[in-house]
Amino acid sequence: MKYQLREYLLSRRFVILLLLVAAIGVLITAIVAHFRGAYVSDNLSFYQSLWGGGAGFVAVLSAVFFGGDAIAGEFQNRTGYFLMGLPLRRATVYVGKYLAALVASCTVLMLFLGILVANGALYFGAGALPGQLAPSLALAGAYLVSVLAMTFLLSSLFKNGAYSFVLTAILFLAGFSLLQDFMQGLAQLQPWELISYASQTIGEVFQPRVNWGLYGVGVKAADVGGGGGVALHTGNVVAWTPGIAEGAVIMMAYWALTLFVGLALFKQEEFS
Amino acid sequence: MTSPSLEACSLTKRFGAFRALDHLDLKLVGAKCVGFLGPNGAGKTTMLKLLTDMIFPTEGECYLNGISVQRERKQALADVGVLIESPEIYPSLTPRQALEMVADLRGIPPQEAKVRIPEVLAEVRMEDWADKRVGKFSKGMKQRINIATALVHDPEVIVLDEPATGLDPRGMAEVRGIVRGLRKRNRLIFMSSHILQEVTDVCDEVALIDKGKLLFYDTLASVTSRFGDGHTTLDARLARPADPDLTVKRAGALSGVRSCVVMEPTRLRLNFEGPPAERERLLRDLIGLEIGLVSLAASEDALEEIYLRQISRGDL
Ligand SMILES: Nc1ncnc2c1ncn2[C@@H]1O[C@H](COP(=O)(O)OP(=O)(O)OP(=O)(O)O)[C@@H](O)[C@H]1O
Ligand SMILES: [Mg+2]
Repeated sequence: MKYQLREYLLSRRFVILLLLVAAIGVLITAIVAHFRGAYVSDNLSFYQSLWGGGAGFVAVLSAVFFGGDAIAGEFQNRTGYFLMGLPLRRATVYVGKYLAALVASCTVLMLFLGILVANGALYFGAGALPGQLAPSLALAGAYLVSVLAMTFLLSSLFKNGAYSFVLTAILFLAGFSLLQDFMQGLAQLQPWELISYASQTIGEVFQPRVNWGLYGVGVKAADVGGGGGVALHTGNVVAWTPGIAEGAVIMMAYWALTLFVGLALFKQEEFS
Repeated sequence: MTSPSLEACSLTKRFGAFRALDHLDLKLVGAKCVGFLGPNGAGKTTMLKLLTDMIFPTEGECYLNGISVQRERKQALADVGVLIESPEIYPSLTPRQALEMVADLRGIPPQEAKVRIPEVLAEVRMEDWADKRVGKFSKGMKQRINIATALVHDPEVIVLDEPATGLDPRGMAEVRGIVRGLRKRNRLIFMSSHILQEVTDVCDEVALIDKGKLLFYDTLASVTSRFGDGHTTLDARLARPADPDLTVKRAGALSGVRSCVVMEPTRLRLNFEGPPAERERLLRDLIGLEIGLVSLAASEDALEEIYLRQISRGDL
């Protein structure tokens, strides 16, 4: 809750993360300035590549930072004993910490957005915010919300903050994308079960021929460059592009499921 | 207003095959201070954690003020102050902020909290540190803040697990002072401790457990007389040094006194035989001797003796 939030906002971690994101922002600014042509051809592709690529990363980063050891740390640092003596429902404690982490993460995400928008304004003029930014922002929000719920779930599986921190970091920064590559490339399956797949919608929204639908589209090797065609089960699909609604649904499903399971786990947890 | 109460019903806690608590029944009712004794690993902390819903019983249930902790944690803990396992306060908070947080989470109105927080901080002698961050505090300082957090809302029932750990001698004395003060304000205090002196000093009753079983629960006075083969060991403190021969002879001759030894010039140890009610007469007799009697209390050594005897009996 608000106290947890204050704890996050005052923590060194928050400052580090802000600096990190600011550094990423500066880097992006520099890269964009250097390779103008590639990124600033039009504002849609600018946002697709930079916001679409970066927002998910920033969301994961802040989820790991704020959620990675949120519950495990309570055990490890013995601060949990402090909370558990209070007349609060366990669910209140869990959800309170979750909300605090969410607000802190949103702040970080907004910083990133701010840096991008400033860049965008520089190249395309102040008024050149694409309308797709709003749905993209919503998708990024959904992604953040569900990634955070998942880190909380993982965090309540452990009683050691460092383990859960490292595990969530590995899982989100490498695990999911590896799994997705494997499913797509080798098994040739549509990786709809994976949240990383759904997160692609954050960028996909900016596509000129965006697929708002519930079903993803497979991109066959031959199609690359020609925009997504409808998946043919016979062709060798190299990548899948999720529909916007599909992405949103997947993310919300992740959110509901992991929040629910995490909460159930925390209710069983013993402070011994 | 009903009197404060704390109850464990057939409370059992197993860790794997190990029984930390074994069908323990205990009921404390009314304003008093109850000492909770037992050797390391007896299950004291386990019991207190079950009482405050930090862990879950394998069997049985506990009640605080008549409300089931397991079924209605929020209501049951509402009027209870808890200090278990020296928790850590979020290091970036100052004691004042930590107490404000606790007060707020407990639903104390801000105006009330503004008055109450300096009060408890003064009570634990941390008013000078109220606005420094807790992170760098010493163990004893943190423990003082922990005690303060258990008392901000002036609870009816107070559960303390070894409150004096980490405190300096003055701190321990202050804790005793705090507990005595609470007892005067009609609170129910359930306090685990390894310091028998502390228990004899502030507690009205003692509960002793070993290996997860309750060995006894009774008033301090009757515990010492019951288990001391009907004898009570009493310490008499004097205002002026006693004349070794004369005093010992005269005190030893009082009815019910089986022996009298000078432990220190101003401290006598009496071995007294007789029901607790007879103690009043003994006290009057001792005053009558005009030896400068200032106090007469059950000796903490007596508790120790009984403690050791009970525990070793359990080992047989
Ligand atoms: N989480 C746990 N898992 C396994 N065993 C446990 C756990 N917690 C406690 N125990 C065991 O339960 C027993 C009772 O422990 P407890 O902490 O209640 O003792 P205690 O009376 O508080 O001892 P002390 O005086 O040392 O504080 C011990 O033997 C301990 O090993
Ligand atoms: Mg203990």
